[in-house]
Amino acid sequence: MSTLAVTTTLNGETVTFLCEPHETLLTALRDRLMLTGTKEGCSNGNCGACNVILDGTLVNSCLVLAAEVDGHQITTIEGIAGPNGLHPLQTSFLENAALQCGICTPGFIVASKALLDKNPQPTEREVRHWLAGNLCRCTGYDKIVRAVLEAASAGATKE
Amino acid sequence: MTQSNGFKVIGTRPVRHDGVDKVTGRALYGADVRLNGQLYGAMLRSPHAHARIVAIDTSEAAAVPGVKAIVTGADLPHVGDQIADIGEGAVNLRHLSANILAGRKALYFGHAIAAVAATSLTAAQQAVNKIKVTWEELPPVLNLRDAMAAGAAPLHPDVFTDELGEKSTTPSNIAEHLRHEKGDIAAGFAEAEVVVEREFVTGTVHQGYIEPHSATVQWNADGQLTVYCSTQGAFGVRREMSEILGVPISHVKVVPTEIGGGFGGKLNVYLEPVCALLSRKAGGRPVKMTMSRADVLAATGPTSASIVRVKLGARRDGTLTAAQAWMAFEAGAFPGSPVGSAAGVILAPYDIPNVVIDGFDVLCNKPKANAYRAPGGTNAAYAAESMIDELARALKMGPIEIRLKNAAREGTRRADGPVFPRIGFVETLEALLHHPHFQSRLERATGSRRRGRGIAAGFWFNWGGTSSASAQVNPDGTVALSEGSTDIGGTRTSIAMQLAESIGIPVNLVKPQVVDTDSVGYNDATGGSRTTFATGMVAYELGQKLREELIAHAARQFEVEAAAVRFEDGAFRTDGKPPLSYFDVCGALRDTGGEIVASVSMRTKGEGPAFGAHLVDVEVDIETGKVKILRYTAAQDVGRAIYPPFVEGQIQGGVAQGVGWALNEEYLYDKAGHMLNAGFLDYRMPTALDLPMIEALIVEVPNPRHPYGVRGVGEVPIVPPAGAVANAIFDALGVRMTELPMSPARNIAALAAAGVAA
Ligand code: FES
Ligand code: FES
Repeated sequence: MSTLAVTTTLNGETVTFLCEPHETLLTALRDRLMLTGTKEGCSNGNCGACNVILDGTLVNSCLVLAAEVDGHQITTIEGIAGPNGLHPLQTSFLENAALQCGICTPGFIVASKALLDKNPQPTEREVRHWLAGNLCRCTGYDKIVRAVLEAASAGATKE
Repeated sequence: MTQSNGFKVIGTRPVRHDGVDKVTGRALYGADVRLNGQLYGAMLRSPHAHARIVAIDTSEAAAVPGVKAIVTGADLPHVGDQIADIGEGAVNLRHLSANILAGRKALYFGHAIAAVAATSLTAAQQAVNKIKVTWEELPPVLNLRDAMAAGAAPLHPDVFTDELGEKSTTPSNIAEHLRHEKGDIAAGFAEAEVVVEREFVTGTVHQGYIEPHSATVQWNADGQLTVYCSTQGAFGVRREMSEILGVPISHVKVVPTEIGGGFGGKLNVYLEPVCALLSRKAGGRPVKMTMSRADVLAATGPTSASIVRVKLGARRDGTLTAAQAWMAFEAGAFPGSPVGSAAGVILAPYDIPNVVIDGFDVLCNKPKANAYRAPGGTNAAYAAESMIDELARALKMGPIEIRLKNAAREGTRRADGPVFPRIGFVETLEALLHHPHFQSRLERATGSRRRGRGIAAGFWFNWGGTSSASAQVNPDGTVALSEGSTDIGGTRTSIAMQLAESIGIPVNLVKPQVVDTDSVGYNDATGGSRTTFATGMVAYELGQKLREELIAHAARQFEVEAAAVRFEDGAFRTDGKPPLSYFDVCGALRDTGGEIVASVSMRTKGEGPAFGAHLVDVEVDIETGKVKILRYTAAQDVGRAIYPPFVEGQIQGGVAQGVGWALNEEYLYDKAGHMLNAGFLDYRMPTALDLPMIEALIVEVPNPRHPYGVRGVGEVPIVPPAGAVANAIFDALGVRMTELPMSPARNIAALAAAGVAA
């Protein structure tokens, strides 16, 4: 099996890693680059736990081949907080108790950031529609939706 | 500052101690473990629902480059029949072992058969594909009626019916028949002026935690086993490993990781013993195995499909005179469905003088049923609460009125024996009665959309169990708390809050951590809604000990008797001297008598039974059969809300799971017993788009047997939703839905059968 070298911009830094041709971006992030904040819930695009932002677009990293990201930009949960501390979405999730077990939380925060980058003032319906690709089994979504709406009204995108 | 509830910490909303790690991706869950030199494991699972294993040939698999070890059921030590009480209920070890790796037969689609450890996951998976099994297929038994039919082929030659305590003489798929009786059932029905009766069916559902099972195990050459896994109970894993592998309990150390949901499905081991066997064969290298989502759905968890019949009798004034319930639960491939707890729950909210409850635990070729949040409670309450609704309508009584009239109170004896202590069912119903949602009028829709409103109640026992914890006071005044209770939804904080309240310090001075099984005393699993109750009780006792020691230290600094010192508002005071701050005393411990360390272990008693009452508005599209949840309000007596947002979260999460169970979730099998929907696309759990905001109405009737009044919260909220939604659908359509899930197709069929046209 031929191993590929991939160079990408990951959370603002240039990195090069080796991977097998069939390997997903999710596996490369977790097992090659040791960024285990991106979670695996299903590996077939149905839970959103593996959400990352690829060139400004929200994707399920379990459905992207690692080799495809060569020359592209990726933001993972590890790149959401800035040098000055937590992103307002992260703070809002904490203040609204929008997590219980927390396994879905990285995916929800990455997905919500992608939403607010596009639509800084979403309605409740728009938030629910956007986050319908992320499963949470613990919270019933109530506090997650509130956390995103609150971060939006506090101007989360200015960060 | 003291709040209106009389406490300084309890009832506040601090940011949880593990919060930053969990919003930044730093928290480590089961699959995030990586040890130096680790191997990757993969599992061969049965493609058949029922088949004899004639032979397993691993020679080709062993030749795959990178393969270091292969194990089958033959590698497990032979364990005889032994009943072990592990976490929630008794398990026969032989069955537990045969569920880890099949012995002579595969008993369900997905049953583990053999496993490989290799230097890469790819190599392990390739090798698994090269294992050759010679099968002799057997006809599967796939549902309750077939399994219970006279002459049905038994799954196990050595399972006999435990018939009200007596063993049957021939093997049977009915593993147990239990009965609870109270009063005189015939006289009760003779006295009734109205009688209603109906049968309900529910499908198999999964807990649906988002984190798949993952385990990493190292079996060292010195015999010491270290297990890293996400589990609801590290001590239960230790016990199961010891029993299944036949090693002393002292040789097993379990290091719990963060856990991505469990809901009862992560109480027992699945992968851990297999990883251990592989590690030993591979010369002690650690072996990590993680399930795919398909494996999780096909081979773990599910909770029982069931048939439940309920008959109720009442006088015209609404007083219940008699109730009878008959219920059969699928146990899956090994005995142990939650029919026992279902039988305890089903009529518990009501004070009924004459009751008979029969329960059957039934084997079939499906994965071994496991606990799922209030195990059996949802199945039971769906049937019972539908019949209470039917009775109320027959009597022209309001749904809250009839429940209040018959509500269990302090002193009511349950059919299964216990007498209720102080409970808050009446208060919970009254809270719902006065809530604006109940007082509002439901706007009726037009055209093909019909709206309805439903109510259902629910009960759960809650559990105490054993908890231990230890703590030390640091020189800067922080208190390090080591506990052994898995934190599945914020209990580090709810326990730290009780410790802080007990000592009399702010909660941010407590630093809680969940430690491994060698570093803290025994703890029962996080289950039974016990952790905030029982480990909280331990935290209270720990706090009292630390407080007493701190006062003694302050007294030595003051040079007075300890009895002359008070600790108030962060300072130690004694008459005639300037106060000493808390931090001054902590900083001087070494000079005033030495370090302060304390530990507490308790076998707790006095858990508080809990009740919920739910109100839901639905809209049914009679053209598509789809049900939309318009508004949901869930009232619950929680005793005392330590951390109110987490309490609300438990209620909201339980409602969401219950709504999924009610409307969509169900295992689908073909005739040969292959699971057809082992993925999140087709095993359809609710998304953010399927639900409205869920209002949690917290009722506090303190549990007099807990220092802060805690009852336990997590399980009750999943009990009422299916009944509430079914009653709302009846209100909308006039059709009684007797099968879960109430999916679009089933609703359309029920409408057609009832002659309701779009
Ligand atoms: S792991 Fe990628 S969507 Fe579930
Ligand atoms: S917090 Fe557990 S899955 Fe969302």
